[in-house]
Amino acid sequence: MDHPVIELAGLSVRFGNRDILKDLRVSLTGRTIGLLGPNGAGKSTLIQTLLGFVPLSGGSASIFGHDIRHQTRELRALVGYMPENDAFIANLTAVSFIRMMGELAGLPPEAALERAHEVLFYVGLGEARYRLLGTYSLGMKQLAKLAQAIVHGPRLLILDEPTNGLDPPARIRMIRLIKEMKDTGRMHIVLCSHLLRDVEETCEEVLILKKGRIVHYSNLEEERRANKRFVELETVGEEKDFTGALTAMGCECVAAGFGRIKAVLPPDFELREIYRLAAERDLQLRRLNYRRDTLEDIFLKAMEA
Amino acid sequence: MAVYKRTYAAYQGSFTPAWSRFMILHRYSFARLWQSRFLVMFFMASFFYPLGCVAYIYLSNNLSVLSSFGIPAPLSNFLKVDSSLFLYFCWVQGAFAYLLTAFIGPSLVSPDLVNGAMPLYLCRPFSRAEYVLGKMSVLIFLLSVVTWIPGLILFVIQASLAGWEWTTANAWIAGALMLGMLVWITVLSLIALAVSAWVKWKIAAGGLVLGVFFAGAGFGTALNSVMRTQYGTLLNLTQVMYTIWSQLFRVGTTEGISARSAWICLAVVCAICLWMLLKRVRPFEVVK
Repeated sequence: MDHPVIELAGLSVRFGNRDILKDLRVSLTGRTIGLLGPNGAGKSTLIQTLLGFVPLSGGSASIFGHDIRHQTRELRALVGYMPENDAFIANLTAVSFIRMMGELAGLPPEAALERAHEVLFYVGLGEARYRLLGTYSLGMKQLAKLAQAIVHGPRLLILDEPTNGLDPPARIRMIRLIKEMKDTGRMHIVLCSHLLRDVEETCEEVLILKKGRIVHYSNLEEERRANKRFVELETVGEEKDFTGALTAMGCECVAAGFGRIKAVLPPDFELREIYRLAAERDLQLRRLNYRRDTLEDIFLKAMEA
Repeated sequence: MAVYKRTYAAYQGSFTPAWSRFMILHRYSFARLWQSRFLVMFFMASFFYPLGCVAYIYLSNNLSVLSSFGIPAPLSNFLKVDSSLFLYFCWVQGAFAYLLTAFIGPSLVSPDLVNGAMPLYLCRPFSRAEYVLGKMSVLIFLLSVVTWIPGLILFVIQASLAGWEWTTANAWIAGALMLGMLVWITVLSLIALAVSAWVKWKIAAGGLVLGVFFAGAGFGTALNSVMRTQYGTLLNLTQVMYTIWSQLFRVGTTEGISARSAWICLAVVCAICLWMLLKRVRPFEVVK
């Protein structure tokens, strides 16, 4: 039987008198799962809890069916973790560092050395693999952190703000690597980020946290399908009659003022109808933006909730 | 996967047994330590005294060699091998172990804490206890090589030269030597690791390891003078350890603390060090 990647059943975490995570309940099955939320929402705490770093104050959680409280060792063997902050040993070369991390994950020394070379080439640090980590730039350190997280071939890769501090080309490279790893079909990825664009580009499922609670869970693929008939219009002329006609045809319209209209179209609605209705009323259509509901819209809605 | 392909592939080979993984830290730490020439030279220097002891033991068992050099018999009779020799051996090699610890200890934990590498260790199937054990094994192994292992070799040499009768009568010395030295290097290792975990700057941590002993001794003496008591000696860890060695080697000591107090003192020191390690060796820093 296939277990969900992550299952939270009333998970709660408390530091002192402060509730950090409150009664989280969700079952995540996607290949790439985005973890979103404003600062202090509890994203990093959730990751640390899943890794067994933080004790639970209530509920339970499991990764691939392994209880995070009682099967920590088995669970950690399946997980690769790329932390948010700097995490390296300055006076080790990249290849020694990755090899050591591979060995600690259980790889025999020879296999760990081979894998260290492979993953360093894979992430793009092949030419710099004999340099001390202390001499690496921020972007290179991020890549080294990614390399150590995948050296043992984990089933679940947890990335905490992987694009932090990266310049645009480095960010694109990181996103490409994440997509590639996802596409291998062997690895599930949890991506925790402030950057909605990163999550939108890579994730299938999104969990939005706010003040330690889940405020929204969505399957992005389904959301995209559900919102594919979403248009933004900019008109000049008498729009009231036009929106009335659209509504009569089953559209949900919102007038945003100054001739701007947002409309969610029903499934059988054809776009040419918009042009026809506008022509009949001698209404100028200055812009018709056909777009799906973006993650930003979803996120902002969740934050307002 | 060949390097030139540069695509991701999961690892599908075998895994090492979980119990052996603490030795990985041991291996990597050693590789780093031996890059220091000073350490290599100091390590070599720590064998001079055991070599001197070998010569002493040989001469004391071969007095005819001294006679051939014209050394008078009364002076030759002065040479004898008993528990005092091994107590002095502990004292001298214990001092070397102490200096080695001050040199090696700070570089063990602090580099992992300085750049936040701790979560990378602990997100793997690798516990905090294994981490401490792995780091501690570096010191235990290195200090064993300069303390009880040469001590036991000396005992074996003496036993082979003095015969079965001496060996059976003095077998307890071997046990005392091993136990005494193991206690000392355990205390040293724990202090060094605890200091290394709390003081990230290596030089300061090394100084603090030395300071724990010197400052403790000074403060203990001052406490004894001011309070007119002997309990201040408990702060002098070198004296505490000497008291234990004296008890183990059945040699009287003039200091006021009892062997029992000394054992309790060392147990408390070890417990404090473990507590300090527990507080710092964790995957994330608690900011209050």
